[in-house]
Amino acid sequence: MTDAAALQERTRALLAAHPPATTDRLDFLRARYDAGLAWVHYPVGLGGLDAPRSLQAVVDAELAAAGAPDNDPRRIGIGLGMAAPTLLAYGSDEVRSRFLRPLWTGEEVWCQLFSEPGAGSDLAALGTRAVRDGDDWVVDGQKVWTSSAHTARWAILIARTDPDLPKHRGITYFVCDMTDPGVEVRPLRQITGEAEFNEVFLTGVRIPDAHRLGETGDGWRVAQTTLMNERVSIGGARIPREGGMIGKAAAVWRERPALRTHALHRDLLALWVDAEVARLTGERLRQQLVAGQPGPEGSAMKLGFARLNQAISGLEVELLAEDGLVYDDWTMRRPELVDFTGRDAGYRYLRSKGNSIEGGTTEVLLNIVAERVLGLPPEPRNDKDVPWKDLAR
Amino acid sequence: MSHEPDLLYSDTEDALRDAVRSLLADRAGHQAVLDRIETGDPYPAGLWPALAAGIGAAGLLVPEKLGGQGASHREAAVVLEELGRAVAPAPYLTGAVVATETLLALGATDGPAAALLAELAAGERTAVLAAPLTTAPRAADALFGATGPARAVADAAAADVFLVPRPDGLYAVPAAEAAVTPATALDLTRPLAAVDTAGAAGTRLAGAGEARAAVRRGLLAGAGLLASEQLGLAEWCLEETVRHTKERYQFNRPIGSFQALKHRMAHLWLDLVGARAAARAAADALAAGAADAELTVSVAQAYCSGVAVRAAEECVQLHGGIGMTWEHPAHLALKRAKADQLALGSAGHHQDVIAGLVDLPAPA
Ligand SMILES: Cc1cc2nc3c(=O)[nH]c(=O)nc-3n(C[C@H](O)[C@H](O)[C@H](O)COP(=O)(O)OP(=O)(O)OC[C@H]3O[C@@H](n4cnc5c(N)ncnc54)[C@H](O)[C@@H]3O)c2cc1C
Repeated sequence: MTDAAALQERTRALLAAHPPATTDRLDFLRARYDAGLAWVHYPVGLGGLDAPRSLQAVVDAELAAAGAPDNDPRRIGIGLGMAAPTLLAYGSDEVRSRFLRPLWTGEEVWCQLFSEPGAGSDLAALGTRAVRDGDDWVVDGQKVWTSSAHTARWAILIARTDPDLPKHRGITYFVCDMTDPGVEVRPLRQITGEAEFNEVFLTGVRIPDAHRLGETGDGWRVAQTTLMNERVSIGGARIPREGGMIGKAAAVWRERPALRTHALHRDLLALWVDAEVARLTGERLRQQLVAGQPGPEGSAMKLGFARLNQAISGLEVELLAEDGLVYDDWTMRRPELVDFTGRDAGYRYLRSKGNSIEGGTTEVLLNIVAERVLGLPPEPRNDKDVPWKDLAR
Repeated sequence: MSHEPDLLYSDTEDALRDAVRSLLADRAGHQAVLDRIETGDPYPAGLWPALAAGIGAAGLLVPEKLGGQGASHREAAVVLEELGRAVAPAPYLTGAVVATETLLALGATDGPAAALLAELAAGERTAVLAAPLTTAPRAADALFGATGPARAVADAAAADVFLVPRPDGLYAVPAAEAAVTPATALDLTRPLAAVDTAGAAGTRLAGAGEARAAVRRGLLAGAGLLASEQLGLAEWCLEETVRHTKERYQFNRPIGSFQALKHRMAHLWLDLVGARAAARAAADALAAGAADAELTVSVAQAYCSGVAVRAAEECVQLHGGIGMTWEHPAHLALKRAKADQLALGSAGHHQDVIAGLVDLPAPA
């Protein structure tokens, strides 16, 4: 059932039963999910067929050729890349069946209520409190930098359930209803002019215990699943040669010979090589990952992605000279989706600055590589065995 | 005879710095700048008269007998260091340096050029060269053959008069007679516009030969002193980053205690040490009319523009999420540094100039 030929056949059957040209987009996506062709490596009944992940490409190619609609992954990146794998790994049967289908079809957008003003790189220091009250938890606190909170129906949330324990041990992981009256979302404007992210104030938010993921106090471990998947999903996308940022700069170079200089030529070629090597590294990593879970090696992609996006967009602004001095639009908007390679060179330059901060900073990821991949001893720490309530902030 | 540069700051220069810094703190704090950058008139209220006429900064390059302060590029450089630190919108580099130096280089002691110069020096009027901010000194000649409106003219919005290169010379055209079309600038603190003076006769200030050399000289002074603005900006970025990383606690300790971050900031400091020497050398060479002024200016530009960008980028990164927000001033510095990198000749352009001047030709 799970070889390429069978999948191809199944995909054709889906297309025959629900011809994209005459089927409502959402109906098609639901049918695709129900046929197990959403993410074939997911379990049967949850949009998948327990098939090897690598076979997704067979389905995608078949669907693309038929002009089938997709689930607009850029709009629901946090749901697909972070919430879904965590729900799959830790959700009860009910939770998984309730949430995964509308998550995948894009009917319900997700956001990530992790970072706080006092807990960014040191996420485990978070102070948002969740207190048990009957069958519910009551949550109070403040989150920040929450991308898509303004479009989200649900959030993955981590909160402190025991302040007397050392910080990594007193955290619990929840699914939070963004329509709860205690959730207040305020836009936070970015250096691009847009407000992609938000501050989220949580006041007396009630979460049923059934929406807890993992054991009480085990939230840090659950969050690792989210974070590892986040790092792979930022920068892990499969791209053709000259896809992504380098394609933009290369196009300017080819189209506008008058802008060319010797100095920029050398820089462009060096970055072109780096981008091509990053693409090949991604392909190799993907081949390694096809069967298993993402490991810390996934961090390498995000590290390279951030550095390259910044260097290439910076070069593109320089190359554009007079045109590099202008910006398309500073209007404050709350975008529905984010495209790192969208808009103009100035936007790409500014937005890419976030690539080395969001999803774990470059410095923190380098520490992870040094300690978990290379096995170097960690820096001496004074925060691991102290009760959370006694830590400095 | 090679000129022995003075790379230090004099007492007078330090006093001038103090005066400009306290004025900027008063009128152009980062919040004040942020509040205005999207209004179409980013110049802080009252700043320019106080700086240009009150402190007399507009006339620093102009001899007393022509109505100025009789100081030099060294003092103007100090003003620019402070304007760079504050990322303050003010038509100083464009008006009080490039345009003023251009008029000075015409050498007139009477007539329309001298009259305009005296008004600029007194801070009564502001002139801007009608040329893209990106124009390198050696590209001055090309301006005189250019047709159509000048694009990406910096501080056009603050200009009372444009200096317009035309095939038969340099003209002064009142801003009221020019069509000024604002553009949306990456650096919101230095507004840009397209300037079309085709419909205005203007007053001829000098003939083509003289004017070309003068505009080139104006742009050279601009490029040299831009290095001081870049130095000031980088210095602010480093100070602010050091302050933040001392105060911000993560992992139960100040993030500035992590060696990975310390080394980054220490590297920036090293860059700044070099940038200060290079920027001072350029200002001093311009002031002294040194034979190697063009080389010194190109060295300063080739070095300082990268330092400013690096410092601003590190400032954003080492602030984490807060550095990505509009409300924090780091982005003002980032956008200014990036725009400055393109201004008055790129680093690559200045390297090419150096290649010619020191006989290190490119491969055939
Ligand atoms: C565009 C964008 C979108 C985001 N979206 C979300 C979201 O949807 N949900 C969410 O929960 N969060 C989100 N974040 C938050 C992001 O995860 C945090 O900003 C990030 O983890 C850094 O935390 P911080 O901002 O508190 O910076 P800090 O942790 O204060 O870091 C400041 C600087 O110190 C460095 N540093 C910290 N610790 C160390 C160390 N041990 N060694 C060396 N250097 C160190 C950092 O690398 C950084 O350079 C987003 C951020 C951005 C920029």
